[in-house]
Amino acid sequence: MIVQFLDIAIGGLLTGGIYALMAVGFGLQYGVARVLNISHGEFIMLGAYCTWTLFTSAGVTPLVSMLFCAPFFFAIGFVIYRIYYTPLRRSSESPAVFEGNSMLASFGLLFVVQNLALIIWGSPVKGYSYLAFPIQLSGAVFSANRIVTLIASVILGSAFYVFLVATRTGKAIRAAAQDPGAAELMGVRINRVLALCFGFGAMMAGLGGLLLSMTSIMLSPVMGMQYTLIAIIVVVLGGLGNIKGSFIGGFILGLVGYIVSSSQPGLSMVAYYVIFLILLLVRPTGLLGK
Amino acid sequence: MKSPKGKWFSPVVLIVLLLLLLALPAYAPSEYTFILITNILMYVVLTLSWAIFSGPTGYISLAPAAFFGVGVYASAFLSSDLPLFVVVPIGGAASFVLAYLVGSLTLRLRGMYFTMFTFGLVELVRNLLHWWEVNITGTVGRLIISADNTIVFYAMVATFLAVLFASDLIRRSKFGLALRSIGESEEAAAHSGVNVNRVKVIIFAVSAFFMGATGATMSMRWTYIDPTLAFNIQYSFMPVLMAIFGGMGHLYAPITGATLFSLLEELLTTKFPYYYMLLFGLTMLVVILFMPHGLEGIIEKWRNRVKAGMRGSHETA
Amino acid sequence: MRSGEIGSKRACGVAMKLLEVAGLNKHFGGLAACTNVDFHVEQGEILGLIGPNGAGKTTLFNLVSGALAPDSGTIAFKGCDIAGHKPHEITRRGIGRTFQSVRVFSKMSVFENVLLGHHFGNAKPSNPKEANEGTERILEFVELSAMKDARAMDLILANQKRLEVARALATGPDLLLLDEVMAGLNPTEVAQAMALVKRIREKGITILMIEHVMKAIMSICDRIVVLHHGEKIAEGLPGDISKNKTVIEVYLGE
Repeated sequence: MIVQFLDIAIGGLLTGGIYALMAVGFGLQYGVARVLNISHGEFIMLGAYCTWTLFTSAGVTPLVSMLFCAPFFFAIGFVIYRIYYTPLRRSSESPAVFEGNSMLASFGLLFVVQNLALIIWGSPVKGYSYLAFPIQLSGAVFSANRIVTLIASVILGSAFYVFLVATRTGKAIRAAAQDPGAAELMGVRINRVLALCFGFGAMMAGLGGLLLSMTSIMLSPVMGMQYTLIAIIVVVLGGLGNIKGSFIGGFILGLVGYIVSSSQPGLSMVAYYVIFLILLLVRPTGLLGK
Repeated sequence: MKSPKGKWFSPVVLIVLLLLLLALPAYAPSEYTFILITNILMYVVLTLSWAIFSGPTGYISLAPAAFFGVGVYASAFLSSDLPLFVVVPIGGAASFVLAYLVGSLTLRLRGMYFTMFTFGLVELVRNLLHWWEVNITGTVGRLIISADNTIVFYAMVATFLAVLFASDLIRRSKFGLALRSIGESEEAAAHSGVNVNRVKVIIFAVSAFFMGATGATMSMRWTYIDPTLAFNIQYSFMPVLMAIFGGMGHLYAPITGATLFSLLEELLTTKFPYYYMLLFGLTMLVVILFMPHGLEGIIEKWRNRVKAGMRGSHETA
Repeated sequence: MRSGEIGSKRACGVAMKLLEVAGLNKHFGGLAACTNVDFHVEQGEILGLIGPNGAGKTTLFNLVSGALAPDSGTIAFKGCDIAGHKPHEITRRGIGRTFQSVRVFSKMSVFENVLLGHHFGNAKPSNPKEANEGTERILEFVELSAMKDARAMDLILANQKRLEVARALATGPDLLLLDEVMAGLNPTEVAQAMALVKRIREKGITILMIEHVMKAIMSICDRIVVLHHGEKIAEGLPGDISKNKTVIEVYLGE
C-alpha cells in the first residue's frame, strides 16, 4: 500500500520537476516580458535535440551539456527579444495591443523553429539512453535518469529563486514584473530587463528539454506544442510569476499525469485540460496567485 | 442605419465575382486549378468566420481548427447515410454546440486566458477522439464517401455566400454595434444595456458554425480521415494570420488577405516543400512587425496621404 | 421568470423612495471601501455625493450600477432589490451612469454610441426607425447633433462627457448616476454642464452625482451626502453641509 503510494508520489514528482522548470520559463516570458510565447515548446524541443546531438555525436553527457545549453539558449532568447520584440513593443499602441501582437508573432517563431528542427534533424523519431539503470526507493523502482532530472530541476529552480531574491538583477526583474513604469522611473533599464527575462525563459525551456531528453522519451520535431500547453496550465495552476507556485503546480500536474497514464495512457492531456478548465472557472489567479 | 465604415463592397463587384465563380466549371479548368480555388475559398470562409467574432471583440480565438475538425468528423459519421446539403449544416451545428459550451465557460475570462484555452482545445478534442477510437471503436481513422470535386466546389461557394451574408448582416445590425462596443470596453457596454456574455457566446458560436460547415464540406475531398488529419493546428493559425494580414475593418480585407495568403501558401508548398513553414513563419514575423493593421492599414495610410496631398495642392493653387 | 429580470416579483416591496440603500458593505481584501452606508434618493431630486478622494464614492456607484456586488446590505430601486444584479439588467430597469474616466466607444461615431444605448438599454426593444429617431432626439437634447458622425475619439473632453451622458440618457433611465461629470472642464464648460444637468432634471429624471466642483454641488443639488473612508458622515441640505464641522475638518484635514 505504502509502496503504491510512494510509487505514485515519486513518479509524479519526477515529471513534475521538469514541468515546473518549463512553467517558470514560460511565466517569466509572459509575466514580465508580457509575451505569450506559443513557441515555448519549440525551444524545449530544441533543447532536447541539442542534447541528443551532443550526446550521440560527441559523447557529451547531458549534465555536462547543461554548461553549453544554458548560456546558448539564454543568448538565443535574449537576442530574439532585442531584435524583434523590443521594436514591436515600441510600435504597439498599447500594452494590450503588444500582448496580442507578440502572441501572434510567437506563432511565426513556432513555424520557423519547428521547420529548422525538421531540416536539421529530420522527422524520424530519435532517442538516446543515459543512466537508464533502475534504482530502488522504498520498494518502488525508478530509472536513475529520472531521479537525476528531478534533482536537477529542483536545484535549477532553487538557484533561480535565489538569483531573483538576492541579486540586483533579480530584484530589477521582480520590480519590472510588478510595475514596469515605476521600475523604469527607479532607474531600471526596462528593455534590458525584459530581454533578460525572455532569455531566461528560453534558457529554462532549453534546460527543460535537456532534462526531458534524459528520460528516454522519443524526440520528434512536433513534440513541442504539448509542453507549451503544459507550461500554460502549470502557470495558471501555480499563479503567474510565482516560482514556488510553478513548482507546486508542476508537481500536481506531474502527479495527475502519472496516475492517469497508468490507467488510461491517451488521456493525460485530457486530464490536464479538465484541470485547466476547472481552474479557470474557479480560481483564475491560481492556487497561490494573488 | 448607416453601415459601419461605409460600404464594404459594391454589389456590382460581388455579382461579377459570383458569376465568375459559378461559371468556373464551364471553362473546364484543370483539376489542379479547381482544387486550388476550392482551397482558397476554404481559407476565405475560415478567415471571414474568424473575423466575425474576433475582429470586433479583440478576443483572439485559436479554436478554428477544433471547429473545422468537428465538421470533418460529423461528415465522416453521416456522409454515408445523408446527402451533402444535409451533412454540411449538421457539421456546422455540431461546431455551434461545441463553441456554445466552450464559450459559455471561457468567454467570461480575460482575453489571454480565453486564447490560451482555445489554443489547447484542438489538442484536447484530438486526444479525446483518438482515445475514443483506440479504446471504444477499436479502429483509428475512418473512411469517407468522398464527393466529386465539382460538388465540393459548389458547396464551398454556397458556404462562402452564406458567411458573407451573415458577416454583413451582423455588422450592420445592432449586434455588430454591440460587438464593437465589447471590443472597446466591456464595462461600458454592459452599462449601456448589452448582455455582454450572451452576445459573446452567441456570436462565437455563429462563427464556429461556418467553420464546422467548411470542415464538413472539405472532408468530402478526402477518402480517409483520422484525428490527426482532421484536427490540425494549421487550420487555426492560417485564418488568424490571414485576417491579420488583410485587416479586419472592412469586409473585403479578410477576403483579400485570405486569397493572397492561400496563393502564397500554394506557391511555397510547391516550390519549397521543405522550407515553406520557415518562410511562412518569417513572413508572419515581418507582417506583424511592419504591418500591424494589415494590408488594409497600408491602403488606408496611402489613401490618407493622397487625400492630404490633394488638399495641399488645392491650397497652393 | 428568472429573478432579476424586469418584472420579476422577487424581493420587491412598496417603493417609498426611488433608491434606498441600507447597511451597504464592501471590502477589498483589507480595505473597507464601504461600511454600513445608508441613504436614499427621492424621486425628482438632485442628490450630491461628496467626500475626499478615496472616500468610496465611485465604489458606491459601482455597487448601485451592478459593476460590483456588495458583501452585505440592500439596494432597493423602485422597491425592488437590485444588489448583486448584472449591470445590463440594472440599466434596463432604469439606472443609467457615466464613468469617472470617460468611457465612450472611441472608434465608433457619436451617433453609434448613443444608438447602442438606445437599442440595448431600454426595457422594451425598439425597431430601427424608433431607435434612430430616439437617438436624434437625444443628440439634440445634449446639443451634439452637429457632430453626430464624428468619431468619439476626435471630440474634446467636454463633448466626450456630454456623449457619455447622452448614451446613458438613451437607455431611458429614471435615475442617472453622474460620476464627476465636470472634472477637467474649464469654467465655461462647467456652466454648460450644470445647465445640462438642470435640463435633465426638468425632464423628470432623478440625478445622483459625484462631484468635486463645489460651486456646482452647492448650486444645483437639493441635498448632499458626505462620505469619508467608506462611511457616511453627514447628510442634509447644501447650506447645512457647508457649515458642518465634521465635513469641514475632513476636507481641511486632507
